Amino acid sequence: MKLLERYPWLRRWETLLFVILCAAVFINISLSEHYFNIDNLANIFHLSIEKAFVVLVMALVIINGEIDLSVASVMGLSASVLAYEFEKGASLESAISYAMLAGLACGLANGFFVAYLNIPSLVVTLAGLIAYRGAARILLEDRSVGNFPEWFTSFALDDVYVSIPTLLFVLVGLILIGTLVYQFTNLRQAVEEGAAFRFRKPGPVGLVLITVLAAVLVYMLALSSGAFEATTYVFAVLYLISLGILQFTNFGRYIYVIGNNRAGAEYAGLRVKQVKMTIFVMSALMAAFAGLMYAARVGNIRANAAEGFELDIITIVLLGGVSIFGGTGTMVGVGLSLLVVLNLRNGMSLRNINDNTRASVIGALLILSVLIPNWAQTIQRFLPRTLSGDNLTLDLENKEARESTETA
Amino acid sequence: MRRVRYFIRVQQLREISLLLILAAVIYFFGREIEDYYTARMYNRIATQVALIAVIAVGQTLVVLTRNIDLSVGSIVGFTAFYLGDQLSKNPNIDLETAVAIAVGVGATMGLVNGLIVAYGRVPSIVVTLGTLAIYRGLLVEYSGSQSIQFRQLPDWIKTLPSEVLYENFGLDLRPLPAIAIGVMLVFQVVLLYTIFGRRLYAIGSSPEAAELAGIPSRRMIMLAFVISGALSGLGGFMYLARIGTITTDAARGLELQVVAAVVVGGVNIFGGSGTVFGAFIGVILISTIELSLIRMQINEFWKDALLGAFIMVAVLIDTFIMGWLRALWSRTELRRASSVQKVQSI
Repeated sequence: MKLLERYPWLRRWETLLFVILCAAVFINISLSEHYFNIDNLANIFHLSIEKAFVVLVMALVIINGEIDLSVASVMGLSASVLAYEFEKGASLESAISYAMLAGLACGLANGFFVAYLNIPSLVVTLAGLIAYRGAARILLEDRSVGNFPEWFTSFALDDVYVSIPTLLFVLVGLILIGTLVYQFTNLRQAVEEGAAFRFRKPGPVGLVLITVLAAVLVYMLALSSGAFEATTYVFAVLYLISLGILQFTNFGRYIYVIGNNRAGAEYAGLRVKQVKMTIFVMSALMAAFAGLMYAARVGNIRANAAEGFELDIITIVLLGGVSIFGGTGTMVGVGLSLLVVLNLRNGMSLRNINDNTRASVIGALLILSVLIPNWAQTIQRFLPRTLSGDNLTLDLENKEARESTETA
Repeated sequence: MRRVRYFIRVQQLREISLLLILAAVIYFFGREIEDYYTARMYNRIATQVALIAVIAVGQTLVVLTRNIDLSVGSIVGFTAFYLGDQLSKNPNIDLETAVAIAVGVGATMGLVNGLIVAYGRVPSIVVTLGTLAIYRGLLVEYSGSQSIQFRQLPDWIKTLPSEVLYENFGLDLRPLPAIAIGVMLVFQVVLLYTIFGRRLYAIGSSPEAAELAGIPSRRMIMLAFVISGALSGLGGFMYLARIGTITTDAARGLELQVVAAVVVGGVNIFGGSGTVFGAFIGVILISTIELSLIRMQINEFWKDALLGAFIMVAVLIDTFIMGWLRALWSRTELRRASSVQKVQSI
């Protein structure tokens, strides 16, 4: 208990996710010798990369207090538009741009109804889910279109052997370490005000953990050159971009504020409608892009492409600690939950557990992820006062106060 | 106009407008399709309506309390399979026992949802998204990826959907639609006239106020989920009777259809308003459009696009015209109330 009080970050959901991730990886390694193998590690991403793309924007949508159920249908629609245009004989470049335009149109429609007409997003995107899938059916009917040019499918299928991505990832790793140092030390103070350089709160345990994390990351990425497909690298870059947008830009802060308290944000003069519109357009565009990646990976498109992906995507986001009511959640948590889900799935499929059972394990994890913290709170309330968290914080404050008076 | 206002409440306007839309839709298809007004078409629509309507009634109760139950499709699939398995193993199970088994299994699954939502304080969308996957996984584990074949079932359930209870003008009342209408009527009365029903509305309108007024919200919400589960179980029985061949994919995606029907039926997705009757008309509307479009055969691939567009239009009409009408209504109510006050003060 005291440890938890001393290091508040230990109580964060992200920490627990990291522990779960470590456990999942450990169990996977001990259960299957095929798991810790570069090709399998690359496969973990390769087989669900489209969902991973959409997860990034879905996190923004849910943090903003809305939901987008139509993403899977938009993915299917963009893939179908691509296939339809390609089948008609258009060049692949123009087919791709038409597919993205279709995504843009879906996003504008969703955003318009939600932001400007104030219809609940659950209703709008549920209608969208049916309608966009229907549009895909109109285009492709019951045909299956394939035979895309080599360069298109190779983007999703071929391993990248160039060493530039590796360098890129070492760089990214360094940036990550830099960010962590910046977060946990008084580097800025030291540079700007000439204060003595020292570490902030997390203390030695936190630093060791972070270093291990960073080391593992860099090691895996360095190891990976030549095993990952280009789409995985694209995902990594997009992940960092969306993390940057959410944590370090005004727009990202607006997303949180609106998700927390929409009325308050409106009174504060934020352009709530524009922000919501932008988010829905982003969501649909990303889904359209993911649909193209799906087409490139699978190489063969029917009108039911990507059907049912929305539930998986939302599950990953919610497991990442994003509240369904909006306003809370971090990109780090979403990234970790993505890794947890993908690793669990991969481990279970190596053990020949079927798809539905895998999904139900993830579903149970989703429920427990909200249930257990709630239980912990309830239990804490029934514990004797001396053990409860409130008292401890009070004690700490008293102690600090005492110490400050003593030094004075 | 004023007299009309005495007889019709604001909520009923919505149902009347839905009925008008339904009439318009049927008239439209009747002109477009030859031999549209036949007993065969009617029976087809009625059977489809029956299955979705029973589940939509349960969903309405849950949505009224500001929750949502996305696990209904999986519950229907599981109960249909479980019941089919039991029936093929011991064919001497009779109708009552079969229904009791289905409802019991469904209610148990609903109870799990309800307990976690009400007493675990987990948002219902999270819980039911999870149980959607869990119950489907249970089905797959239980079935061992086998499926129930039509010929394994006892005879009485094979003939049940096509039995005729009552016939008039060539239109039959068959058991499945009869069950659906019965369930709809019972829960309409429950919602309008029982303490439980009114409490559901109170909880959905304002959870805090309901709590302060001493309503046992948790128990009520749990009960709503149990009923939703039980009715989904009944839906599972009907699914088995109607389709007969049950695979592990049975009723997948049904939850979205049900939620769409409930929303079209004018039940507010944020709780507190809407009726079972409205949801029932929503189901009829959606099923009619869906099956008529298939019948039209201009292009069956247009079905989903038109359906999605229709749902959007219905919601738009509801938001704007109903909002405007309601404002008009309440303004005149206010005026009347204030004039009454004046008279009293004099």
